[in-house]
Amino acid sequence: MSVTQAPVTSAHHHHLAATSDLRTIRMVWRRELIRFVRTRTRILTSFVQPILFLFVLGYGMTTLVGTTGGFDFKKFVFPGIVAMTVVSTAIFSAISIVWDREFGFLREMLVAPVSRGALVIGKTLGGASVATVQGTIMLALAPLIGVHLTPLLVIEVIGLEMLMSSALTAFGVFVASRIQRMEGFQVVMQLVLFPMIFLSGALFPLNGIPGWLAVITRINPLTYAVDPLRHVVFAAQDMPAAAAARFATGVTIFNYTMPISLEILIVLAFLVVFLTLAIAGFSKTD
Amino acid sequence: MIEQARNPLAPYAHEGAHAIEVENLAKRYGEVEAVKGVSFTVEHGEVFAFVGPNGAGKTTTIRMLCTLTEPTGGRALIDGYDVSKHPRDVRQRIGLVFQEQTLDQQLTAEENLRFHAVLYGVPKAEVEARIDRALRMVQLSERRSDLVSTFSGGMARRLEIARGMLHTPAVLFLDEPTIGLDPQTRALMWEDVMRLRKEEGVTIFLTTHYMEEAEYADRIAIIDQGRIVAADTSEALKRTIGADTVELSTGDDDLAAKNLEAAGFTIKRGEDEVVAFVENGEAQVASIIAATGTPIRTVKVHRPTLEDVFLHYTGRQIREGQGGASMPPHFMHFARRR
Repeated sequence: MSVTQAPVTSAHHHHLAATSDLRTIRMVWRRELIRFVRTRTRILTSFVQPILFLFVLGYGMTTLVGTTGGFDFKKFVFPGIVAMTVVSTAIFSAISIVWDREFGFLREMLVAPVSRGALVIGKTLGGASVATVQGTIMLALAPLIGVHLTPLLVIEVIGLEMLMSSALTAFGVFVASRIQRMEGFQVVMQLVLFPMIFLSGALFPLNGIPGWLAVITRINPLTYAVDPLRHVVFAAQDMPAAAAARFATGVTIFNYTMPISLEILIVLAFLVVFLTLAIAGFSKTD
Repeated sequence: MIEQARNPLAPYAHEGAHAIEVENLAKRYGEVEAVKGVSFTVEHGEVFAFVGPNGAGKTTTIRMLCTLTEPTGGRALIDGYDVSKHPRDVRQRIGLVFQEQTLDQQLTAEENLRFHAVLYGVPKAEVEARIDRALRMVQLSERRSDLVSTFSGGMARRLEIARGMLHTPAVLFLDEPTIGLDPQTRALMWEDVMRLRKEEGVTIFLTTHYMEEAEYADRIAIIDQGRIVAADTSEALKRTIGADTVELSTGDDDLAAKNLEAAGFTIKRGEDEVVAFVENGEAQVASIIAATGTPIRTVKVHRPTLEDVFLHYTGRQIREGQGGASMPPHFMHFARRR
């Protein structure tokens, strides 16, 4: 019995694979957007928590915060709230893989003749897009609390949101690759997401905190995503010198204050590491 | 060489390869041997049923053929491609319908199909036409833009079959396709499947523990405890376990037995009946009655069913909870003969 196989140059084959991977990434990404638009309640509820924090911290705690150098504490908290919105939306999007697993759709994706990398990248971009949209809607509330927006600031924030959300979605996809059941999701939320947000400097300044807390915040990768965001927001504000000193941006380790570029590099590295781990996590067969 | 009704669009197809070729395929999970070396061949365009009770190794076998589980022994080729060495080529050539649903409930029927088309590399220019055709094939064209969450179980299953066919696979695998469906929906699904086979010439490999469904298949493999105990057409399998039986209860069984034997029938004398073994029970009932020569109280004609075949080869009935107590006498007869 003869076996005839059409001669295919490897270049042609690579080209085909690359095109199909791109199509797959786009399709998985589109599915995320379709699902996002279709679940209006999810869009609304994902704003509830950050807005609640904005009010509790920004208004309720302002009187307790003490010296703020003539800069409203809620203005300080605001970039952190934007980051919080982005992070929780990104993690939620990524974790929807656990739902896909429960409802079987994950299988449809995993048995397809496409690379796991394309699936994971598509999912990550999808989650990141949704999170960036949510974060930007939050950003649009800025004028309501007196935070001044400039076109440059908006562009910078969107760029940082995209980076931050990609990193966090990749992290979430990796976690989802290890979670088999829905209950595991609750555990992740309690043990990972909340501590990460609370200990990232999103809700309080990172200088002048106890040493042990300073160590934890410096280990938390989210710290390096929140700080640039706050930095660009503050750069566009008219801040009194006292306030700028009180709410100094920049993460300091051993008296060394990191430049933003290094912080962004750390977040990028975080993205690459977890994207790789996520792809590996979904590439196992039994 | 068998006339191949194969997909002309499948890339780099292996000419002359069987649709499925399996040699000594085995799977061991630690101490447990789920599949103990099965061998069979399925030709293009055939409908092949894997029949056996739960836990017989059906799903493990189908998973190995679909590259979802790595075999621990033997080999399997799908359309000429080895499942272990070229899993991606194999996946490109197969359509899968799992036991459990694998649709996205939040997408419409069309969106689910479109997603699949991209995943399986259906050329852009063909996607629309294929979606139209697939939906028409399972009579869901009107529900095209409806969310899958509004579909009944049967509709969802048929949509999955349409989806499995979207990339014109060489082999469509259906793992317990009618599980959880009501009889009416099951019949509808079978109509779809048989239409697919007729119009698309696709090879269909299915597993089921419903014996009556195996009748749809051209050939049946009976699997029990990880081994294939028999494989053939439904008719041939029934023939292997014996002829039809005509069971008579008469006013004088001794006389009836004597007369029938004299007339050349093969018979067996039961306690309260005489059983004649004939090629075609229904056609011969009249001549048997005529030959009996004594008043007849009851006549029962029994044609072997696949249930009988299964019982014959495994010594058990296929469905649990239908054990020996409810066994009719002719079943007992076959069971003893084993």
